[in-house]
Formats: sequence, structure tokens, C-alpha cells
Amino acid sequence: MGTVTGRRAAYERARKRRSTVVATVSSLAVVTAIVVLVPKMPRWDRVHESFFNGERFANSLPRLLDAFVLDIKIFAWSMPAIVSLALLVAVTRNSRSAALFPLRILTIAFTDIMRGVPIILWIYLIGFGVPGLGIDRPWNSPLIWGSVALVLTYSAYIAEVFRAGIESVHESQRAAARSLGLSSWQTMRHVVLPQAIRRVVPPLMNDMVSLQKDVALVSLIGPIEILRQAGIDKSKFANFTPYIAAAAVFLLITIPLTRTTDWLIERQRRRTTGTRIS
Amino acid sequence: MRKLTISLAITGTLLLAACGGSSSSSDTTAAAGAGTGNECTSGKTLAADTLTIGTGNPAYSPWVENDKPESKEGFEAAVAYAVAAELGFGDAAVTWVRTGFDEAVQPGKKNFDFNLQQFSINDERKKTVSFSASYYSTNQAVVALAGSPAIGATTVADLKDVKFGAQAGTTSLEFITNVIKPSAEPFAYDDNAGAKAALEAKQIDAIVVDLPTAFYIAAVELTGASVVGQFPASASTTPDNFGLVFDLDNPLVSCVDTALAVLKDNGTLAEIEKTWLSDKTNAPVIAVS
Repeated sequence: MGTVTGRRAAYERARKRRSTVVATVSSLAVVTAIVVLVPKMPRWDRVHESFFNGERFANSLPRLLDAFVLDIKIFAWSMPAIVSLALLVAVTRNSRSAALFPLRILTIAFTDIMRGVPIILWIYLIGFGVPGLGIDRPWNSPLIWGSVALVLTYSAYIAEVFRAGIESVHESQRAAARSLGLSSWQTMRHVVLPQAIRRVVPPLMNDMVSLQKDVALVSLIGPIEILRQAGIDKSKFANFTPYIAAAAVFLLITIPLTRTTDWLIERQRRRTTGTRIS
Repeated sequence: MRKLTISLAITGTLLLAACGGSSSSSDTTAAAGAGTGNECTSGKTLAADTLTIGTGNPAYSPWVENDKPESKEGFEAAVAYAVAAELGFGDAAVTWVRTGFDEAVQPGKKNFDFNLQQFSINDERKKTVSFSASYYSTNQAVVALAGSPAIGATTVADLKDVKFGAQAGTTSLEFITNVIKPSAEPFAYDDNAGAKAALEAKQIDAIVVDLPTAFYIAAVELTGASVVGQFPASASTTPDNFGLVFDLDNPLVSCVDTALAVLKDNGTLAEIEKTWLSDKTNAPVIAVS
């Protein structure tokens, strides 16, 4: 028995070594192709000057980091609002009470309309339209109404994520909770939601990464955040390098965020399935 | 037919002289209708015997009227046809393409011989594109709605607590941050349409634009708006000189520069300016101290 396990382990080690070698060789081939071949293209020097200009990069970066503070602020105050509103919409949509039927219809209309219309239109419509009705400063700030547009759009998407989570909880869980004497709301609050939310953490993180970039859209109605600042520098110097610099700043945030998401997905899969086929 | 041939021959000779560096004036109207370039432009245009000119999408008044550059109406449309005529291109040999700002400055091959949409000439931009000599210089101006705190300002100090907006990436926005230096950070928009919407929503008190645009917005586009004033040209840290944009090191630049010099000397440019742009002296001057 022991020899079989040993041979199998040795075989698996060999397979693993082989796949490591294949992965390394193919990665090297791709990188070499890009590094060697791209600079040989006829107008590479122009592209290099326009997109990867070290001087422009260093010149823009401090201004971009300054402007990025605004992105973080918008993200920070929008995210809790989005999650709360999305949860409210999802729970309402999954309610079973006959009396709540009109509210269910309303939430369906809300998710359909908010998701169906481009986010840029919402930002213009709410960001310029609502203050245009005659609201005075400071309550007509584009930061407020731009954030409202983001919150409404994103909560429609995230409500659907929560809904998927809620619906993935087996009906027997509700049945068991109700038979223990829990009310419909208590069942939702203590039995269904804790399981549902845990299941949707990975897709939720995915939407957070997306939101982290979409906060830049608020700049359409005035505030100068990182992407707008990059655009201003781009126009001034007729050079696209500031966008590369802005992308680098975004990556500083999104890469840890996406890695965490992957780690969460992996952990969840290990927890729920127990086996892994390579 | 014979008359046309003769007049073309005359224009050709005159243009040849112009390209040679002498500043003789020529009859620009003679080339209208026919003509496919002169000695200088030969072999240098994107498409043979055609002058391909780029402008904004859309192009705005008073630079191009009704977004129809081929109508020759509007300041830049008129300048483009005058330059074309001076280079020996008849109206039929001129084609228009539409590009955004970014398309005009991207590093790839250009789809136009030159592009005009109020590009300000600056040294930084010269590293990625080539500019012709300036065909127009403008001052920055402030536009505000009635009741705005900017109304009645006569010095920059009066504008310190005004909330400003401008089109992103323009000399106007730079002017706000570098010269006016208001206490509140300015807002920036994709285009002047956004800036106007913000004015109406009272999110900003005033916008800064170039003077001809200011007159146009106040007179046509925004009811209740007025030009508060213009800043003296000397106030700009970066003087706003508009130039035609070319692919970097395009050999056509010297031909166009010669043509522009002729148009400047013989008064054609001044005349076009008088036809399409408002009188600069109409706006009060805001002192910069």
C-alpha cells in the first residue's frame, strides 16, 4: 500500500514540475515577444513618447495622487449606502407577504431601469438635473448628486447579487426556521441572510473593484478627480502618459482587492467542496 | 475655360513666389473651384491633389457655423478655405474629416493634413504634434448669469470668492488655477455644454472661456448670461495662440506657414476675423495686478 502511495506521489510531483516548466517557458516566450518585437514596430518611438514618457509620468504623479483622495472619499461614502440600499431592495424583492406586492413591483422596476440605462446618463441627469430644479448651495453640489447617481445605479446591480444569494439558500432552511417558531422576518434576518451574504462575498468584491473605477465618472459633472486630472495633463502636454500614471495608481488599489477576492473564492471553494482537481 | 486657365496660371506663379519666401500678396479667390495644390504641397498631402482638413466633432460656433465647415461659414471654416486657396486648392479639392482632440494628438498616423479646432500652441505639445504659425490670438473672458457674485468684477481680486468652471484641458482652466487663483477649487467639464449646465444648476458662479466663445455663449446660447469682462493678453501665463495641428514634422507645415504669412500681410485674416468674430473691444477689461 505504502509503495503505491509513494509512486503516486512521485508521479504527481513529476506532473507538477512539468506544468511549472511549461508555465515558465510560455510566460517567458510571451514577454520576450512583447519586449523584443513591439519596439521594432515602425512608429514605436512615437508611441513610446506619447504613452510611456518617464518625465511626464513623474511630473503628473504628485498631482494625480492629490486628486485620487477625492476618488477614495466618493468611494468611502458611497459604498455603505450602496450595500444598505441593495440589501433593502433584495430583501423587499424576496419578501413573501401579499401586502408587499406593490413594493415588489417597485423594486423590480427599480433594478430594471437603473441597470438598463447607461450610468453616464444617470450622472448627468441627477448631477445637473436635480440641482437645476432650484436647490441652493451647498446642497446642489455635484459631489452629492453624482454620488446619489452612483449609489442608485450600483445598488441595482448589487441588489441582484444579494437576490441570487438569498435564492441560493435552500427552501428547507426556511421551513426549518419557521417550524422552530421564527417569524418570516426573523427567518430572513437570522437564517437566510447570514448564509446568503457569505455566499455572495466574491461577486460583491468584484462589483467593488468596478465601483472603485466608476467613481471617476463623477468628474463628468465638475469635480476634478484623478482621471480628470490625468485628462487635463494629457491635453496640456498632448501626451497620454498621465493616463498610464493614473492607471498605475488605480492598480495599486484594484490588484490587492482582486487578489483578496480570488483568495476568498478559493477559500470558500475549499470549504464547500473539499477536493481540488488540478 | 481659357480665362480660368489663365487665372490659375497667375495664381500658381504668385504662389510659387510666396513659397520662395517673398511676401507678395496674391488673388486668393482665383483658385476657388478648381486647383489641386501648388509646387510646395505637391506630394506632401495625405491624398494626392486633395487637402484633407480636420475639425471638431461637433464643431462649435462661432468657429464653424451650424457644424458645416464645407459651407465656409464661421471663423475657422473661412480660415481653412483661405489657407487652401492660398495653397492652390480649389473648394472641390478640400475634404473634411472630424476628430476629437485626442484623435488629433494620438501618436498614430493622422487622417488629416491639418486640423483646426482652437488648438493652443504650446512648447510641450510640440513634442508630439507640429503647429503652424498662429492664425488667431485670443484673450480669456468671464461669463456669468445675472445675480452671480462675478457680475461687476473689475479686478482679479473681485473674483477670489467666485466658484469657477471651465472646459477640462483648456488654456481657460489653466488660467483659473494660475492667474485668478480663486479660494474654491474650480470644476472641469468635458465641453462647454457641461459648464453651461453647471452654471444653470448654480453649481458654479462663472465660467472662463476664450473671448469669441464668451460672446457667443452670452448672445446665443445662454439666456441671462453676460460677458463680465476679458483679461488682458499680458495676464496669461500661456498666451492663447491658435495654430493648425499637423502630424509631427509634416513637411506641409512650411507651405502652410507661408500661406498664413501672406493671408496676414494682405489683410485676409483680419477681414475673416471681422466677419465672424465679435469686436474684442466690446468687453470691459478685468485688471490683473
